[in-house]
Amino acid sequence: MNRRTTLKMAAAATLLGGLIAGPASAADTIKIGAVAAKTGPLAGGTAVTHWPNIQLWVEQVNARGGLKLKSGMAKIEVIEYDDQTNPGESIKAVQRLATQDKVDFIVAPYGTGFNLAVAPIFAKYGYPQLAVTAITDQIETLTERYDGLFFLLGSTEAFTQAVVDILVDLNKAGKIGNKVAMVNVADAFGIELANSARPAFEAAGLEIVYDKSYPLGTQDLSPIVKGAKAANPDAFIAWSYPPDTFGLTQEAIVQSLDTKVFYTAVATSFPAYGGKFGSKANNVLGAGGIDPDTPEMQAYLKAHKEVTGKAADGWASATVYASLQILEQAIEGVGSTDRAAVTAYIKSHTFKTVMGDVTFKNQNNEVFWTAGQWQDGRYLGVASTGRPGAKPVQLKSGWN
Amino acid sequence: MDIVITGLLLGGTYALIAMGLNLQYGVARIMNLATGEMLVAGAFAAFWCHTAGQVSPLLSLLLVAPLAFAGNWMVYRFMLRPLVRRARDPGQLEVDSILATFGMAFIFVGIMLAGFGGDYFSYSYLVEPVDIFGATYALNRIVACLAAAAIGGLLCLWLYGTRTGVAMRAVAVSPRSAGLVGIDVPAMSALAFALGGAVAASGGALISTFLTMDASVGVLFTMKALVIVIMGGVGDMRGAILAAVILGIAETAVATLIDPGLTLAAAYLMFIAVLLFRPQGLFGRRAA
Repeated sequence: MNRRTTLKMAAAATLLGGLIAGPASAADTIKIGAVAAKTGPLAGGTAVTHWPNIQLWVEQVNARGGLKLKSGMAKIEVIEYDDQTNPGESIKAVQRLATQDKVDFIVAPYGTGFNLAVAPIFAKYGYPQLAVTAITDQIETLTERYDGLFFLLGSTEAFTQAVVDILVDLNKAGKIGNKVAMVNVADAFGIELANSARPAFEAAGLEIVYDKSYPLGTQDLSPIVKGAKAANPDAFIAWSYPPDTFGLTQEAIVQSLDTKVFYTAVATSFPAYGGKFGSKANNVLGAGGIDPDTPEMQAYLKAHKEVTGKAADGWASATVYASLQILEQAIEGVGSTDRAAVTAYIKSHTFKTVMGDVTFKNQNNEVFWTAGQWQDGRYLGVASTGRPGAKPVQLKSGWN
Repeated sequence: MDIVITGLLLGGTYALIAMGLNLQYGVARIMNLATGEMLVAGAFAAFWCHTAGQVSPLLSLLLVAPLAFAGNWMVYRFMLRPLVRRARDPGQLEVDSILATFGMAFIFVGIMLAGFGGDYFSYSYLVEPVDIFGATYALNRIVACLAAAAIGGLLCLWLYGTRTGVAMRAVAVSPRSAGLVGIDVPAMSALAFALGGAVAASGGALISTFLTMDASVGVLFTMKALVIVIMGGVGDMRGAILAAVILGIAETAVATLIDPGLTLAAAYLMFIAVLLFRPQGLFGRRAA
């Protein structure tokens, strides 16, 4: 076969494909916009938690024919923009989705700061904003100000309170002392968590023996781990971000910081964490969790792996997916792309999601996982504000 | 003592980051803003060799270095040579090369994103404690530091001990005069640029044993490399290594004695001090 015939055949195949796809595209499509980092410092997090879930959801919905509207089935068409981890770009992209692409709905961006930055634009054009990867202590003020803004993953205090509760319980049971070494990354979420944890630890009668922050992107964390070790703590708590979660754990292994409780915040639940540290990750505590044993969750984890080719994380991944399920059910419940009606529907209904039932109270989901732990190669939820299936916390006994 | 050794280890890391840029900027006069991406590419290669083939990152250097050398030589030959030819004076070349390599950085990030995705990548290699004078250090950092010393030492020996090295330093001092005494300046520049790229990629492979990276983290390394190269004096290998070590020790001292939150402030304070009092760099000679 020479090149020309190959080309002809390729052209014919394309044409044929177009004909087959023809009738489907003649039906309604529903346009969904998505803005989040594909490059820049947050890209590592979005590649795990954010984008794969959008891909999975769209693929699943379109595979079953699309969203069921009153006018018939509508397939989803996604328009994605990279905000380059720059809130300015994020705002511009949302504006563009609303005014030029005229999308029907927009997936909330990734990161607390980004969700807050775009909230006014979402509100201005009347888009519901189901913010997942946004954790703040300002939920009440924000939901009062923005009618379509919903929070799913919880508040800062809930996460610090979970750690306090775990420590106090272990202390009361006589399993650990009351000395806590606490470090935090000097960036938004880390600072907010540390500021919320400090008074909570003290109020609970825990003694903070080491309390330091370090800049984002610190290349050598060994002085911090050494300092913490010198303070001889019973528990090591790090309000950390992905790169330093890995870095602190590695240093703790090298310095054999053998506290009975070892907690690192964001990214502890990432598959890469278990992959890197293997059995050493056993009994490390982290922020957020899931119950991987429910049938819905098992189906989700399996589909995630099959469709996107990588494993979901043990925390926010499933909630991002749940937020899309909520959007899907609200759109189908209303039966049209009437955004005001969809927002009202989200406020007044209970949704069956992969995380379990979700109901919004004052635009806030109050039932969520707050802490998890690596146990025998799996990351499991150990503390929540009312989700069933929490596993008991295990003490860490060295790094082996 | 603890501070000095931890600082030396960090300094070794910084030296790995900066030596490549030093060659590229010092000799080839290309302010390569994509050096961080070259480093990340090296790290990716080491990661890939380790996870796919269980190849030690040290062995993967044998693959990474020649590949990076060839790749950078081509980049220089086809992308940067026209800029060098066109430039009427060194200032214009500097501006042009900054713009071109800035764009190149984006292309590299895009290629790596497309090839590997935006995930964090990290693996465990030699995460073992080593006792030196009663304090504990990570073996992978020590190995990286020794490798940095070896690479730096070899480069210095070569630059100061061989005929090609002398020619290269001559180009660093004055490309025009070097041409007048019969040195093939374009070939030397290409060689320096390619070598610099190979050193940066090797550095990335070594650093990947203890740092978690993703496709778009390169710019952080570029910034650090810039600070070190300017502190050490452009094109001066000894200066760059010394600056890296000083920076490493200063950051560790500040983190241990004062507060870990002030390490960045300390680094940039030193940078400003050098710019104010020795703008030609630690070892540099004042421009005539």
